[in-house]
Amino acid sequence: MVYLLIIISAIFVNNIVFSQFLGICPFLGVSKKIDTAAGMGAAVTFVLTLATVVTYLLQKYVLEPFELTFLQTILFILVIAALVQMIEIVLKKVSPSLYQALGVFLPLITTNCCILGVAILVGDGTWAGKIPGAEANLLQGTVYAFATAVGFAVALILFAGIREQLSMNKVPKAMEGTPVALLTAGLLAMAFMGFSGVV
Amino acid sequence: MSKALNTFTNGLLKENPTFGLVLGMCPTLATTTSAVNGMSMGLATMFVLICSNVVISMLRNLIPDKVHIPAYIVVIASFVTMVQLLMQAYLPSIYETLGLFIPLIVVNCIVLGRAEAFAAKNGVGLSALDGIGMGLGFTLSLTVLGAVRELLGSGMIFAAGDYAGLTIFPEDYKMLIFVLAPGAFIALAYLMALINKLRK
Repeated sequence: MVYLLIIISAIFVNNIVFSQFLGICPFLGVSKKIDTAAGMGAAVTFVLTLATVVTYLLQKYVLEPFELTFLQTILFILVIAALVQMIEIVLKKVSPSLYQALGVFLPLITTNCCILGVAILVGDGTWAGKIPGAEANLLQGTVYAFATAVGFAVALILFAGIREQLSMNKVPKAMEGTPVALLTAGLLAMAFMGFSGVV
Repeated sequence: MSKALNTFTNGLLKENPTFGLVLGMCPTLATTTSAVNGMSMGLATMFVLICSNVVISMLRNLIPDKVHIPAYIVVIASFVTMVQLLMQAYLPSIYETLGLFIPLIVVNCIVLGRAEAFAAKNGVGLSALDGIGMGLGFTLSLTVLGAVRELLGSGMIFAAGDYAGLTIFPEDYKMLIFVLAPGAFIALAYLMALINKLRK
């Protein structure tokens, strides 16, 4: 039951893009077509889940026992950068078809703040405060990270669908490009606010 | 001299990080619930930007080309950790409000972007000026966005802690949506459109 709560909360109620403002750069950058949005969503889901498991283990078995928590930011960003490189190399060898689909997005992911953001939230255990009954352990943290990434993919694909339609319409000159995209995102965020109070 | 001046004003106006380059959107949207919050986020980013620009331009001939991105990230992350510890010690209430977004300065595209595009190619003095200009530009746009959202949302500006701020609209005026998440997107959208219009 608590897993269901975590999933619903992370995808809809506290959506990472619309209510936590993480990962806005790729959200605005790669949302012009549904195909690329789906590819980016899949790549983020993959990396985010893996990165959270690794950083959580580092936090619990290296940083906390040795009282080095002040090194968290440096260690996490380096681990994430290395992990992304490793995933790229492994994917290229093991599954060239998957690499073709996700490859172009992988280098962009290192500086995607939702990866580091979620890794810090899960490492510190602060994410569990918003969900009744949730405990900040490895399994629930991983489920949370996965669901958050799915929430990112949902937001990205929804937004890309709207932008595809939007590109065929006439927009006032000053609003072209980013402003109208932000306005669309604002309306979507308002729609997502309707979920608040569900969990 | 004119080159120095150009470098300085470039970040402030022509290539303003928020309105010109559209970089660093996450902190821009998330921390501008009030003018003071936006300004503190901008100043924290500016500190990191100036320090990392200076150090990276000093090390630019020492860092091997193959590992330059990881090396830059380590330099930036060190300064971010310093800001984190300093703010925790001296400004705990602001640190609490900005929360996650202080460590996330590491992945702010502006910092790495300036390191790569400017500090890696220019001398220490110019890089410092570039950091100051870009940082001020970022702080300015965050403060403006924060002030607009605060004004529309609660009717006052520059409220901080116990200080109630300047009350512009009557006390019972409230349009909470501008302080909440959707208002961030909408306010930034219209501000950006306005600036696009004025530029032409």
